Amino acid sequence: MRKYVPKNNVQGKAYYTDRFWVSPRVPRTEVKDAHFSNVIDALGDLAKEHYVEIGQLVVHIDAATNFEVMTILKEVCGYKQCSEQSAVDYLAKDGNFELFWQLLNYDEAKRVRVVTRLEQGMAIESIVPLFKSANFAEREMFDMFGIKVNNHPFLKRILMPDDWEGHPLLKTYPLFGDEKASWYEVDKIFGKEYRDIIGPENRDPGKVDIEDTKRFARIGYEVPFGTEYSEEEQEIEYSETALVNYNKKASKTLDERK
Amino acid sequence: MQVANKLSPFFENLNFERDDNTMVINFGPQHPSAHGQLRLVLELNGEEVVKAYPDIGYLHRGIEKMAENMTYNEFLPTTDRLDYMAATSNNYAYSLAVEKLLGIEAPRRAQVIRTILLELNRVIAHLFFVATHALDVGAMSVFLYAFREREFAMDLMEDYCGARLTHSAVRIGGVPLDLPANWLENAAAFCDKVDYEIDHTYGALLNENRIWKMRLEDVGVISAEDALSWGCTGIMLRGSGVKYDIRKEEPYELYPELDFDVPVSDRCDSYGRFRLYMEEMKQSTRIIRQLIPMYKKTEPQLMAHAPKYISAPKEEIMTQNYALMQHFVLVTQGMRPPKGEVYVPTESSKGELGFYIKSEGEPYAYRLKCRAPSFFHTGLLQELLVGTYIADVVTIIGTTNIVFGEVDR
Repeated sequence: MRKYVPKNNVQGKAYYTDRFWVSPRVPRTEVKDAHFSNVIDALGDLAKEHYVEIGQLVVHIDAATNFEVMTILKEVCGYKQCSEQSAVDYLAKDGNFELFWQLLNYDEAKRVRVVTRLEQGMAIESIVPLFKSANFAEREMFDMFGIKVNNHPFLKRILMPDDWEGHPLLKTYPLFGDEKASWYEVDKIFGKEYRDIIGPENRDPGKVDIEDTKRFARIGYEVPFGTEYSEEEQEIEYSETALVNYNKKASKTLDERK
Repeated sequence: MQVANKLSPFFENLNFERDDNTMVINFGPQHPSAHGQLRLVLELNGEEVVKAYPDIGYLHRGIEKMAENMTYNEFLPTTDRLDYMAATSNNYAYSLAVEKLLGIEAPRRAQVIRTILLELNRVIAHLFFVATHALDVGAMSVFLYAFREREFAMDLMEDYCGARLTHSAVRIGGVPLDLPANWLENAAAFCDKVDYEIDHTYGALLNENRIWKMRLEDVGVISAEDALSWGCTGIMLRGSGVKYDIRKEEPYELYPELDFDVPVSDRCDSYGRFRLYMEEMKQSTRIIRQLIPMYKKTEPQLMAHAPKYISAPKEEIMTQNYALMQHFVLVTQGMRPPKGEVYVPTESSKGELGFYIKSEGEPYAYRLKCRAPSFFHTGLLQELLVGTYIADVVTIIGTTNIVFGEVDR
C-alpha cells in the first residue's frame, strides 16, 4: 500500500525514502537525577509524562494547567527564566499544536522543557505574569501560528505586518508565500484596482521574463529600456567615451585611419 | 486628526493633536543608532519617555520557515545571517544542536579550531559593540581604533575561511578546513595587539572618561530579578550581578579544560556592562592563547567519522567507492537524524543563543526555533526606556547590543 502523505503539508519533503527504512529515536531515559526527581514530585499529577531527552527534563502537561505548572516550577523548583517558548504544527497529522516552554534554573544549571498539546482554535493561558520574556515570545507564537493567548497584555503581530493574512509557520503556508502574500504590496500601496496593471509580486529570484525589456537585462540580448520585444539580436548604439569605443563602426574607421 | 489616505497612508512622525502634553515620536527604523531596523514609538512628556513600544520585523526573512524547507547542511550558511557580527557562533550553535541530535562529537582538532574561532568571533563582536556604542554616545575616535583591530580579526577569519562576515566556518560534525600556515602565530600576535589596545587605547579613552561616565553611569539600570524575568542572558544578565555563563555552567566544546574567568558587575547599569565587554575580550584572548599549544598536540582529523550522517573526507571520496556512494546520498537526499527534539544553549557574544530542533526522522527539520538573545533584549526595551530621558535612549539601545538579523530572523 502506498504510504499516506498529508496533503495539507506543503513544506519540503524527501523525494525518496527507502521503503524499509525506519527512523530510530533519540533515547529517552528515566528520570534519575535528584533535582529532576524533585521537580517531578513537586508537579505531582500535573505531569502526565516525563523523561530525560539529551540531558534535559521533558514534562508533558495538559494545556489547561500550563499557568499552574509554570507557577510551581518558578516558585517551588527555582526555574526563574523562561528562555524560549513556541509551538510546533501537527495539524496535518492529528489536528493539534505542540507547545513548548524552555525553562532554566540558574542555581542548579538545569533545564526543563514543558510540552503540551493544544487543539486547533483553542487558546492558551499567558504566562506573562510569571515571566515577562513571554510577552514577546507569545506574540511571536501568535504571529507565526495564530495561537491565541488569553490574558496577554498586548497580543498583536510582531514580525509580520499587522494586516498580514495567514500565519507563516503553519505547514499549510507555502515557503514563497500564498496568494494573498503575492498581492499584499500592490493592494496596500496602489489598491486592488491596480492588480491587473502591476501583476502579482514575483517571489522567484531566478525568474527571467524574456519579454520584459523594462527590468533586467537579458544577457546577449540587451535592448534599450522599454523597446518592443523581438527574438533577434538587436544592434545597440552605445555612446562613445574618451578611452573606449564600443561601437563596431567606429572601430572600423579607426582601423582605416591606421 | 490626520486622516490616512492612499497618498499618505503612514503615520506622520509627529502628532501634536493631543490634549495632554505628551508627544509621540517615531525612532527608526532608519535611525543610525537603531542598530539595524529597530522602530521605537516613544511617548514623551517633555524629554522624559512615558511609554516605549519597540516595533520589530523590518528584517524578517523567515529563517525558521526556510529551515523547514532545507536539509540540515543546506541550512547552515543561512545561520550566518542571524547575528552577522559573529557569524561563527551561529554556525556553531546550530551545528552543536544537530550534533547532539545525531549523537556525534567533533574530533579534537576540530574542537580546538572551533573554540578559537568562537572566541575570535566574540572579540570581533565585542570590538564592534565598543566601537558603535561609543559612536552612539558621541565618542568618535574609539570607533576608528576599535574598527582597526576588528579589521585584523576579520583578516584572520578571511585567512581561515575566505569570508569576512558570513563565515560558515563550522560544519555539522567538525570544521571544513585545517588552519593555514602561520595562522596561529598571527592569532597570537593579534591577541597581544588587542590586549594592549584594550588597556592603552579604548580603556584609556573611555574607562575614566568624565563625559563617558556621565553618559553611562546609572543609565539603563536593570535589577537582577527583572533581567531574569525578561529573559536577559549573557552580559545583560552578568551586568546585573547574576553570575551565569553557559560556557562555565553547562560547558560545551573545550571550555571545561580552559582556564578563564567570568566577569560580573553588580552596578546593573550601562557602564558596568561596558566594562564587562572590555573584560570579556581579555578573557577571550586568554582562551585563544591557551588553545594555541593545544592545537599542536592534536591528530589531523577534522570531521567526525559517522558514515550515516557525515560525508567521508575528500580523499576517501575520490578513492573509495563506498565513500563516494555515501557522499552522493548525503548530498542529494540529506542526512536523516533520528526522531527526537533537542534544545542546545550556547554562549554567543550577545547572550544565550540556542537552537531547538524537532526532527521527525526526515532530511528536513520538522521545526527549528532559534532562541535569539537579542529578541528578548529588544522586548526589555519597552520597560527599560520608561522613565528615562530621550538623550539616554540611544545609550540604552546601544547597551543592549541588539543585532537585527537575530531579532527578526
